Amino acid sequence: MPSEFFIPDPEGRVPSADGYFGAYGGKFIPEALVAAVDEVAVEYDKAKGDPEFARELDDLLVNYTGRPSALTEVPRFAEHAGGARVFLKREDLNHTGSHKINNVLGQALLTKRMGKTRVIAETGAGQHGVATATACALFGLECTIYMGEIDTQRQALNVARMRMLGAEVVAVKSGSRTLKDAINEAFRDWVANVDHTHYLFGTVAGPHPFPAMVRDFHRVIGVEARRQLLERAGRLPDAAVACVGGGSNAIGLFHAFIPDEGVRLIGCEPAGHGVETGEHAATLTAGEPGVLHGSRSYVLQDDEGQITEPYSISAGLDYPGIGPEHSYLKDSGRGEYRAITDDAAMQALRLLSRTEGIIPAIESAHALAGALEVGRELGPDGLIVVNLSGRGDKDMDTAARYFGLYDTDAEVAADEAATAEIEGDAK
Amino acid sequence: MSGAALTGGKGHLLSDTLAAAKAEGRSALIAYLPAGFPTVDGGIEAIKAVFDGGADVVEVGLPHSDPVLDGPVIQTADDIALRGGVRIADVVRTVREAHEATGKPVLVMTYWNPIDRYGVERFTAELAEAGGAGCILPDLPVQESVLWREHADKHGLATVFVVAPSSKDERLAEITAAGSGFVYAASLMGVTGTRESVGAQAEDLVRRTRATGTDLPVCVGLGVSNRAQAAEVARFADGVIVGSAFVKRMLDAPDRVAGLAAVRELAGELASGVRGQA
Repeated sequence: MPSEFFIPDPEGRVPSADGYFGAYGGKFIPEALVAAVDEVAVEYDKAKGDPEFARELDDLLVNYTGRPSALTEVPRFAEHAGGARVFLKREDLNHTGSHKINNVLGQALLTKRMGKTRVIAETGAGQHGVATATACALFGLECTIYMGEIDTQRQALNVARMRMLGAEVVAVKSGSRTLKDAINEAFRDWVANVDHTHYLFGTVAGPHPFPAMVRDFHRVIGVEARRQLLERAGRLPDAAVACVGGGSNAIGLFHAFIPDEGVRLIGCEPAGHGVETGEHAATLTAGEPGVLHGSRSYVLQDDEGQITEPYSISAGLDYPGIGPEHSYLKDSGRGEYRAITDDAAMQALRLLSRTEGIIPAIESAHALAGALEVGRELGPDGLIVVNLSGRGDKDMDTAARYFGLYDTDAEVAADEAATAEIEGDAK
Repeated sequence: MSGAALTGGKGHLLSDTLAAAKAEGRSALIAYLPAGFPTVDGGIEAIKAVFDGGADVVEVGLPHSDPVLDGPVIQTADDIALRGGVRIADVVRTVREAHEATGKPVLVMTYWNPIDRYGVERFTAELAEAGGAGCILPDLPVQESVLWREHADKHGLATVFVVAPSSKDERLAEITAAGSGFVYAASLMGVTGTRESVGAQAEDLVRRTRATGTDLPVCVGLGVSNRAQAAEVARFADGVIVGSAFVKRMLDAPDRVAGLAAVRELAGELASGVRGQA
């Protein structure tokens, strides 16, 4: 029986056999990792064709993760989006609170098939780390998570969750002390321990086959959303909107819509304090093609190929690279990418919380802010689906500081005034 | 470019130097130091000191913001160099001055992105013109290296590939067929840095690499830091590559002069090691 939830790209358009999406992708890795990366590719190919793998993964996705995830229409939020209809794909309702679990369960099963006993992973916001620690607890695998020191501070709740689940969390102190440096450190670990360790990569970047494999594990997001929209709205959306850091939740939503030419695919990158300030992580908006973490893609870099330090209020988007398939979608014009500032994302976070009773992750709030823009552009006939990739519990400290929500903060009063402004916007 | 004599890279000098060491019945000593560390001029002085102490070949590191194959010692040096504002022009000057002062082969070791961004043709032309002997690019596997090799060959630069204990025999054959200068055999699975011992994996890897039938010298790197280890590796390898131990001597030295003396002394110890004097 074909799987309902594990739905690898049936067309097999890209990547090519050597891992290229047009000019992007490939395998830029040290020789020491070539055998291990090739093994992942071979095992994944075998798993894709094995009904037993699909059955096991389906069972987990239904009975552990809780798939299919809901599709929620958000009319009170949509009043601020030019009156367009807005639906949220609720990946925040998955077990562990984000889309990350889709990929993690797939790769954890693969880890078992390869006979490896230890898993390492990088994490930015901690969502991939929590999902990985969860799967390792479930499967009895040893687990080490690398996380930039700055991110361990701003996502302290997720650090505690990972440790509660039995994972070792290593705070990485090199470089910008964020996601990029966590990946560097994970690669260093992998080179030394590759014989018994799988690097459970968390996004659609890295060397082939990771961009295609991670995409396939997340493809279910768009497949479900497409079916749910046809049932609920009776038509395909005008736009599918998602935030992009490395790009996994975005490609997961976009991929099933790629053949639907009328559906715009809109990725929302973190503009931080504004792209013009230089303090941002808007890789596709402001980067140039280069090689980082094993593949060719757009990269934030200087004129001599040194990677520049990214910035975003969102730890999960604070990354100077992007998955190669997004670079391919950008250059081909099939994908559109826009940059959303910290402030716009935080306003959208509060707006969704107060109009719909859903607190999104700061990452996902970038997509919500993008949807507000797109909705105003489309007008009242528009239909938008947004990937609500994660829930905001982990971000409450950042949000409380941003909005002054702690009792000790005199800004609570100012916040009340701002609420009135939000309500006023709709009129 | 000023004249015909300067237009060709010194890949042949690298081969001749390694052949000469072999003719003497010994291994060659290959040292690594990053450019721009602690300063551009200080780095050039350090390379001269290492040659003076007895190194046969030097690899100049082109520092990168994201050195995923380097351990903490070289990361620290790269960081110092980058914060000091080192540019590719400085790396090229380092190669030029080190080669001109000594007449010895000088390679560049770096990651792929800086060269990709700078432009492969521009980089290979400038490196060759400066008297560089070639390049080691540890994150550019042989399958992705076609464009690089085309330009490197044109300019007379060697392309040194890394092999690892995990490399399968058929890959060793592909790599030795594509490479030139020598083969860099990683002694163990891991990043750069000094180790207590250099494992038995290294000897097996050298044996398997030679079994491909390659004529290239096989040199062993990763983990070697002292005379005894150099002597041990020299028993079975054509060259012994030492990096972090030199950088560490510089980092630990109280001042510039002491740092230069320390790396010269270490080169001397290792040079006697590669001559079998443990």
